[in-house]
Amino acid sequence: MKKNLFVYPYAFWLTVFIVVPLLLVMYYGLTVKTSAGVVLSLENFNRFLEPVYLKVMARSILLALVSTVICLIVGYPMAMILADRNLKNRNILVLLFVIPMWMNFLLRTYAWMTLLENHGIINTILALIGLPPLKILYTDTAVVLGMVYNFLPFMVLPIYSVLARIDRSIIEAAQDLGANSFAVFRKITLPVSFPGVLSGITMVFMPAVTTFVISRLLGGGQYTLVGNLIEQQFLYVGDWNFGSTLSLILMLIILLSMGIMSRYEKENEGSLGLW
Amino acid sequence: MAVIQQNIVELVNVTKEYNGQTALKSVNLTVMENEFLTLLGPSGCGKTTTLRIIGGFEHPTSGKVLFRGVDINSTPPYKRKVNTVFQKYALFRHLNVYENVAFGLRIKKIEKDVIQKKVHEILSLVNLDGYEKRDVDFLSGGQQQRVAIARALVNEPEVLLLDEPLGALDLKLRKEMQIELKNIQQRLGITFIYVTHDQEEALTMSDTVAVMQDGVIQQTGSPVEIYNEPKNAFVADFIGESNIIDGIMQRDYLVDFAGYTFECIDTGFKENEPVDVVIRPEDLKMDRQYGVISGVVGSVIFKGVHYETIVFSRDINWMVHSTKAEPIGTEVLLSVAPDDIQIMKKLARK
Repeated sequence: MKKNLFVYPYAFWLTVFIVVPLLLVMYYGLTVKTSAGVVLSLENFNRFLEPVYLKVMARSILLALVSTVICLIVGYPMAMILADRNLKNRNILVLLFVIPMWMNFLLRTYAWMTLLENHGIINTILALIGLPPLKILYTDTAVVLGMVYNFLPFMVLPIYSVLARIDRSIIEAAQDLGANSFAVFRKITLPVSFPGVLSGITMVFMPAVTTFVISRLLGGGQYTLVGNLIEQQFLYVGDWNFGSTLSLILMLIILLSMGIMSRYEKENEGSLGLW
Repeated sequence: MAVIQQNIVELVNVTKEYNGQTALKSVNLTVMENEFLTLLGPSGCGKTTTLRIIGGFEHPTSGKVLFRGVDINSTPPYKRKVNTVFQKYALFRHLNVYENVAFGLRIKKIEKDVIQKKVHEILSLVNLDGYEKRDVDFLSGGQQQRVAIARALVNEPEVLLLDEPLGALDLKLRKEMQIELKNIQQRLGITFIYVTHDQEEALTMSDTVAVMQDGVIQQTGSPVEIYNEPKNAFVADFIGESNIIDGIMQRDYLVDFAGYTFECIDTGFKENEPVDVVIRPEDLKMDRQYGVISGVVGSVIFKGVHYETIVFSRDINWMVHSTKAEPIGTEVLLSVAPDDIQIMKKLARK
């Protein structure tokens, strides 16, 4: 059939850029180099169970979770404001929100470094008005701040797009049936926007748990997160096998959490699945 | 009906403007208790705006809305004893049928077993027993519409507002639902304010019809009054088919049109005042031998109960409804009884 011909370029693309690298990661992750050559082994998985590495993983997940929750708390009201029907110049506001995302990710993170430095802009201003300096840079707070700053749009935009699509008439119907604005929010807006919240959480949590740039720049030189650990294994230690194992474990964790998410979504299928 | 009825909803000089565009021009309307009132008019005539003002979703630019004599202009929708069936039903798609219907009761924090009883009662009233667990997305148009009605009715509103609720249904279902709605209204004794552009629907269901055009109520009256004695050519044209012809009122009881002079039953016009003459197609008698206006049969369409014949005579094409058809090309004579001729003041034409 003619149709099948068009599949080949995509199949080729998928193979070269997704399947092959994935197989390579699996190959390195599940093998170790010994004097006798390459052997299939779960040794690196065992190594991961050492407290040092488990701690790094736990820390990564914790920081990512904290960032995700903060993004949700800050992002939801933002999305509501953007989706407000009476908002004038909505497009300009959405644009203002998106423009920082067009700037280079590294640049934005470096900018935070100069802001947060001991003699940076924030502390200079604080000193001018006679307040004690903040020591945020190279702490978890700075890392979380960097994550929230960088990933907030990924929370706001999916929620915004769901909220903006809510049919005005169902809000009116709820009011008509006696719901005041709080009840409308609790019984209509919130449950209907739930899929947006889910995809926002996924889109923030995933880059947050794997990041290594933010944690290296704002968290100081020491590797603190699993992203950095992997980076170290590949670039500095040269232990591709352990690095691949860590990548596989991270993928499993993400896969697992996405599975749990989609279970939630399925429970509400039919009504919410379409949003 | 000998029962003394009270006014339940009153609009007093209600005007509504959107960005300088007038949607309603000093509308006055009185709705009685237990009345089935229909706001009828073409799209854009202001009928939905009127309904939304009563529901509280729009605020009049000027004028008052009274509910049992009390001004409710500043009462928010959720505090009004009015419920609405929305045009596209506006069902909550994240809830099943039961939860949709129970929504209003849950807001009022009514006990669970009472809610359950009420929801089941109302669902059986609208013939949806056993649909409680269904997802509203998987219901047919007619079923969704029933859910919307049940969701509003379960709150026992004093007034039910319906915004073209049957618009999305097919003809047969629409007819069934018309009868069903009318039955529900009579059984529950609730005031219905109904918006439609379908004149037949309005005539079938209503106690009172208010015909609207360009933000003005043109005529209010019973379906029979509106049909038989339309106040102006717009109403006549909008309600049923009519022949609207230019005429001149010679004097009382005598009118000239189509080149002839006719006796009529209207008075109160100036001598030789130009008027609109309205004759319903079923009031024109067509015969080969007897009659006044001579013409030729131009086309015949079979309409089921009757034939619709167009008769060409001079510069007027007459629409005639009759049970017998004459072949195309036949020379016929038309006549009309004096009390079937309706004379109306000329509308200021745009």
